[in-house]
Amino acid sequence: MDFAFTQEQEELRREARAFLEENPEAQLAELRELGWLGVSVPEERGGGGLSFLDEAILFEEAGRALYSGPFLTTAVVLPALPEVDEQAWSVEVDGFVPDLLHVDRVLTEGMQSVPAEGETLATMDETRPLGRLTSSDGEAVDGEWEPVRLRLLAALALEAVGIAQRALELGIEYVSEREQFGKKIGTYQAVSHPLADTYVETELARSLAYWAAFCVAEDDEQAPVAVPAAKAFCAETAVAACERSIQVHGGIGFTWEHPLHRYYKRAQWLDAFGGHAAVQRAVVAAALLD
Amino acid sequence: MNLRDTPEEAAFRAELRAWIEESLTDEVRRGRFEEAGRDWSRKLYEGGYAGLTWPKEYGGAGAPYSHQAIFLEEMARAEAPSHLGVIGLGMAGPTIIAHGTEEQKRARLEAILSTEEIWCQGFSEPGAGSDLSAVRTSAIEHGDHFVVNGQKVWSSFAHIADWCILVTRSDPESQRHAGLTYLIVNMHSPGVEVRPLRQITGEAEFNEIFFTDVEVPVENVLGDVGDGWAVAMTTLLHERGTLGFALTAALESQIRKLIALAKERGATEVQRDAIAREWIGLQAVRYTTYRSLTTLIKTGIPGPEGSGAKLWWSEANQRVTKLALELLGPEAQILGGGDRNGGYWQHQQLRSRGNTIEAGTSEILRNIIAERVLGLPRSR
Repeated sequence: MDFAFTQEQEELRREARAFLEENPEAQLAELRELGWLGVSVPEERGGGGLSFLDEAILFEEAGRALYSGPFLTTAVVLPALPEVDEQAWSVEVDGFVPDLLHVDRVLTEGMQSVPAEGETLATMDETRPLGRLTSSDGEAVDGEWEPVRLRLLAALALEAVGIAQRALELGIEYVSEREQFGKKIGTYQAVSHPLADTYVETELARSLAYWAAFCVAEDDEQAPVAVPAAKAFCAETAVAACERSIQVHGGIGFTWEHPLHRYYKRAQWLDAFGGHAAVQRAVVAAALLD
Repeated sequence: MNLRDTPEEAAFRAELRAWIEESLTDEVRRGRFEEAGRDWSRKLYEGGYAGLTWPKEYGGAGAPYSHQAIFLEEMARAEAPSHLGVIGLGMAGPTIIAHGTEEQKRARLEAILSTEEIWCQGFSEPGAGSDLSAVRTSAIEHGDHFVVNGQKVWSSFAHIADWCILVTRSDPESQRHAGLTYLIVNMHSPGVEVRPLRQITGEAEFNEIFFTDVEVPVENVLGDVGDGWAVAMTTLLHERGTLGFALTAALESQIRKLIALAKERGATEVQRDAIAREWIGLQAVRYTTYRSLTTLIKTGIPGPEGSGAKLWWSEANQRVTKLALELLGPEAQILGGGDRNGGYWQHQQLRSRGNTIEAGTSEILRNIIAERVLGLPRSR
């Protein structure tokens, strides 16, 4: 039993964090140049020959940086293709396609590769609009949807961990500086204890997300339960982390100019897409009780 | 990262599972902990499973922490009772290993593993609960011994204990963390009186201990005179740090029973959601403990992420036991009369209220996380 990333993986995390801090709006092509696409696809199919665990680090860091391009969807589709291509991909889940106008093709739940044509709808999270395809006719892609779905939900869970972590950091920074009644507000337990709860939940969420990533990477028999478990817990943790952080920020946390609402909206997007936490827990409950 | 057993870990697990299968009789399972527990603990010791991570020269197995984790997982899976020497194994032993003299180690450690000697903890006092630095129990040096006077409270196992780890104030002029001395006290000494404290469950698991002119030889000081605070912190580090696996095992055992109850009685959609939520939380605690353990193995210090395990576990156990009563429906109030659950969940639900108080209240644990892990400004 060894539940830690390797030194190379920790190095990848440092590089990813540094790059995304400098270039939060990097184009997908730039990420491709960095080798971030097709990381877990075998080399003979044009990929990086690494594991989903390496990709997991990138999803978490993309969440932390609130990265908005179609990186996540492209990354989870590429292993399903015969060969890694240069296109931007999205997926259609429950009739919705993230970033429809920013991708070339869409993989549907019926394993059809469809041109990215349709209408885009306004979303709470403006940085990740959802679209509807006008046609679902395309070319069949060999293989099953289930592995794509598991990669997708695990990636959403990992991104949610990055969101929760950043919301916690913003809260810590603020309450360590802000003074009221002559004291740093972080000294008040009514302020510090909710942040302690966020810390505990975020670490629990991180463990579940890595467990799910391990199960996906190893094609473990627990994956169909581990992945929804992680998706449910991580998304709810991210939402609660943002809510507590907004609360301890007071009025400033409620303003448009403060970045917290963007994290909050992303957290809610992550919870909703692919099924809210309660939907994921119903899958877990069926595995436990039926 | 590899969350599966190594071949060596798998072999240990298989051997242990076979041993439990052979050794764990129905008598042990059904018996009252204090009686059946002693025989079972003796079997664990003879099987080489008590003190797995303790040094070999003091009766331990000198095994890696991963074996201790596997041991606790398998014990939970088999619903086996724990070793009776809870305080000795988890607190007194590790503190003696860290601060004891060679003589203290030779005299006390193996007897903890074999349950020849049962230990209790004398830390809290009526005026010193969460604030341990307020202890007033005095230990006045008098030639070759200390004379101890005072009162301790919330001491589990004191009514059957042979020894006590006792935090005393040896310098009457001292304040707060200074002037404390950590003693190991023979509970059979003249002047030691134990009075059981009846809890909301109706049973008496905790006790008050009164010390009246109790003579404790100077060789029973653990660490240095006046350095009791640092020694006590070692004890609490073990209580709060390495218990993650025991907590995971305890919660796993509860959730297995909860799932069995739900299958037997049926559950509404809302209850199914709540059961899934608790199962997910259990996995989260389990894998967080693994992460913390991996850090412990690699660096010698458990990772900070483990600090939330007790906090989460205690609140989860309260929710789980309440959920079980809800599944029992109107029968939740019935304690006997042929009910197959035999009052188990009723007892567990009441007992769980202590979980957020004992071994550091949830409020103190949140303070510790806020100040020491998150680095927030201190509240006190």
